[in-house]
Amino acid sequence: MASKSKGTNQSTNHAGNTTASGRAGNATRLTGAEIIWATLEGEGVDVVFGYPGGAILPAYDALRKFPIRHVLVRHEQGASHMADGYARASGRVGVCVATSGPGATNLVTGIATAMLDSVPIVCITGQVSSKVLGTDAFQEVDITGITLPVTKHNYVVTRAEDVAPTIREAFLVAKSGRPGPVLVDITKDAQQALAEFDFAAAAPKPHRPHPMLKTESASILQAAELIRNAKKPVILAGHGVLQSGAYAQVRILAERMRIPVASTLLGLGGFPASHPLSLGMMGMHGEAWVNEAIQKADLLIACGMRFDDRVTGTLATYAPTAKKIHIEVDPAEINKNVKVDVALIGDLKEALEALLPHLAPRNEKTESAWVKQIEASKGECAVRDIRNLPDSGHLYAAHVMHDLWKATEGKAIVVTDVGQHQMWEAQYYKHDEPRTLITSGGLGTMGFALPAAIGAKIACPDKEVWVVAGDGGFQMTASELATAAQEELDLNIAIVNNGYLGMVRQWQEFFYEKNYQSTPLLSPDFVKLADAHGIRGLAVGKRSEVLPAVQEAQKHKGPFLINFLVEKEDSVYPMIPAGSALHEMIRRPEKNPFVETAQDH
Amino acid sequence: MLHTFVALVEDKPGVLTRVASLFRRLNINIVSLTVGHSERVGVSRMTIVCDASPTAGHRIAASLYKLENVLDVDDVGQLSHVARELALIKVAATPKTRSMVFELVEVFRARIVDLAPESMMIEITGVESKIEGLIQVLNENGDRILEISRTGRMVMRRGQHTSRVLEAMRVPGVETPEDKGEEITGAPSDVLMAEETGL
Repeated sequence: MASKSKGTNQSTNHAGNTTASGRAGNATRLTGAEIIWATLEGEGVDVVFGYPGGAILPAYDALRKFPIRHVLVRHEQGASHMADGYARASGRVGVCVATSGPGATNLVTGIATAMLDSVPIVCITGQVSSKVLGTDAFQEVDITGITLPVTKHNYVVTRAEDVAPTIREAFLVAKSGRPGPVLVDITKDAQQALAEFDFAAAAPKPHRPHPMLKTESASILQAAELIRNAKKPVILAGHGVLQSGAYAQVRILAERMRIPVASTLLGLGGFPASHPLSLGMMGMHGEAWVNEAIQKADLLIACGMRFDDRVTGTLATYAPTAKKIHIEVDPAEINKNVKVDVALIGDLKEALEALLPHLAPRNEKTESAWVKQIEASKGECAVRDIRNLPDSGHLYAAHVMHDLWKATEGKAIVVTDVGQHQMWEAQYYKHDEPRTLITSGGLGTMGFALPAAIGAKIACPDKEVWVVAGDGGFQMTASELATAAQEELDLNIAIVNNGYLGMVRQWQEFFYEKNYQSTPLLSPDFVKLADAHGIRGLAVGKRSEVLPAVQEAQKHKGPFLINFLVEKEDSVYPMIPAGSALHEMIRRPEKNPFVETAQDH
Repeated sequence: MLHTFVALVEDKPGVLTRVASLFRRLNINIVSLTVGHSERVGVSRMTIVCDASPTAGHRIAASLYKLENVLDVDDVGQLSHVARELALIKVAATPKTRSMVFELVEVFRARIVDLAPESMMIEITGVESKIEGLIQVLNENGDRILEISRTGRMVMRRGQHTSRVLEAMRVPGVETPEDKGEEITGAPSDVLMAEETGL
C-alpha cells in the first residue's frame, strides 16, 4: 500500500465535546449533519461503514468533529454487509452510511440480507433537498419506497429538528422485538439547517405495547406437561437463541430433561457443538441422524426458529408424529408454516425462564433409549464421511474445514458466503460458542462473507476472524479486499476454489442431467489479486499443506488469503431435494473402498 | 373467505402504502379499504376487507401489527359488530321516469341528494347486501345506472369494547373526551334501529 489511511476520526474540534450523551439535558445548537453524528455517538456508535457522495456531504464534512471511526467501503453493498457482520458479531446495532440515488440502492441487497436474518442495522442515506423531492433531481431515488418491504421500518427526515428523535427511534425499532434493519433517509437541507440538539429530550416514546405477546401461564403449564411426557423429544435451536441470549436456558432445558438439540444454520453456536446432546445442523444439508430424529420425534420444542422451507422439507410429511411447542418473539411466525400445539409468544429467554421451574430433572441414571437410538445412527453415517478418505492426492473442502476447525480450536469467528462451502463449514466446523458463525441464511446472499467479516473483525478486534468463501461468491465483493488492506485488518481469508458455481453445479448434476450450463467459472489468480492489494497469499492444493497454511495465516499480522484448490465436482451430502420429505435424502454413495483404513487426522 | 380488520394507525404520510404493500407482499387481494379520522387526534382508523383463506386471520393481524405505524389491530370478522357502507348512485331519469326511482328509494330507506333534468343521485347507507339489492333492482327496472361510488365496509364492534392498546398508550396530561366525562353523542337510536331492520 502506497498510502494508508486508518479511516479513524479523532475528536479534534469543539463540537465533539459538546455532544456526548453525558451532556444530555442541555440543548445545543447544531447543524442536522452534526446532529446525525452526535446522536449516533449518544447511541454508543463508535464505527460506521460508508461511502460519501453529494447528498450526504454535509454529514461527511461534520464527521471530523466526532470520535466515530469511518470505514470507507468500495461499494455500498459492502457497507450494509459490514454493518450486518458487525451487528452479528457484537450483538450491537451496526450502522452504515451512503449517499442518495445509486449509493442508497446499492445498500439494498445488504438490507434485505439483514431483514431475512433479523439483524439490527441502521442505514443512513443522504437525500436530495426537500425542495426538489419528487422532481427526479440528480441522484434522487425513492429509497424509502424501494426498501419498504425489506426494512423493519424506514423514515424520511426533512427537518434538522427531526434528525435526533428519528435516529433514536430507529435504534429502538432495530433492536426491539424481532430485530431488523431500519433506514433513515435525510435530505440535504435537513443536514444543513440548524436545530436545537438535546440527546435526552430526543428519546423515543416507550414502544407501543404488543397485544399478541403473551406467554400465558396456561400455555407454560401445557408446554411443561408435553415436555414431561415426551419419550422422543428434540429441541430445535434457531437464531433466536443468539438474539435473545438464551444459551444458558436452552442448555439447562436440554440437560435437565436429556433432550437432544438440533440447530438451524443460523442457530449454530447457540448450543455447544461438542456437547453430547448436540445433534448438529438440521434441514436440507443436515446429517441423516438429525433429520431422522426430527421425523421420528414425538415432541419438537422450537426455540427462536421459523420452520423455514430449508429446514422442514415438504410440510405435508414434516415430523408427522410430533407435537410442537413454538417459542417465538414474532407472533406472525406462529402457525405460518407448521401448525403448532402450544405457542409461547415472547422473548425466548424470558419464556424459558418461566418454563424451567415447572420441569423437574429426569432422575434416570442412564441415557434414554431415544438418545441411544440417535447415537447409534451417527455411527452408521460415519462410513460415508468424506473425512474418512485417506490422503489420495485429492483435496476436499471437508478436509479444509476440518483442519481449519482444528487449527483454530473451534474458537474463531467464521464468516461464510453462500453455497457448498457454507454447508461444508456448517457440517465440519464445530461451533461451541455463540456468534462465532456469521452467514447469510434467509436471503442466501453471495458476496456476503468478505464485507461481513470486515464488520465482524472491527466489532471483535481481539478475535481470530476467518472468511470462508467460494470462488464465485468471493468475486462478487472482492473489491472489499482494498478495504481490508486500508484498514490493516488482521483478517484471514480462505477461498474454497472448485472452479464452479458449486452448489448450482450440484443441482445441475442431481436434477438437470449434468447440464453444467453457465456454472464453470474462470477466476483470477487469487494470490496475485491479494498481492495487488498488498495482501499476503498462498495457494494450497494438497491436504498436507492445509494445516501449515492455516497456521501461517494465523501467525501473520494483517490480511492473509489462502486459495484452496479443492476437488472440482464434489457435492454436499446428504441432501434433501427441495420439496421432498426430510427423510428422503440423497446420501453420499456408501461404497467407500477406503473406509477400512480410515483415520481421522 | 372474507376477513374484516380494523386497524388504528398513525396519521402520517406513507402509512396507507405500508398497509397496502403488506397485502401485496402476502399476495392477498384487498376487497375494500376505508380510512378516516378516529376519536383520537393523530390516529386514523382503517377498515380493511380482504379475501384470504379461513386460517389467515391471525397471520394478517400479526403482520399488520409488525408495521411500526400500526397501533392496534382487531380481527372483527367473527365478533359481534355493526357493518355499514355508503354508496352514491347516479341514475338516468327524466321527469317521466322519476317516480319509479322515488318509490324504490322509499322502500330502501335511501335518499335523493341531487336532481337534474336527466339524472338523479341516490345516497344509500347500509350493509353491502342492502346496497347491492338496490343496485340490482335499479338494473332490473331498466333504469340506466350512470355511476356508482361506494365507500367500502366500515365496522365497529358492539358493546363496551375500546382499544386496550390505545388505552395503554394514553399520554398522561392529555385529555380525551372520555376523560372529560362527555357523553359521546351520535345518531338517534331510532335511526339506527331503522337501519338495522332495513333491507
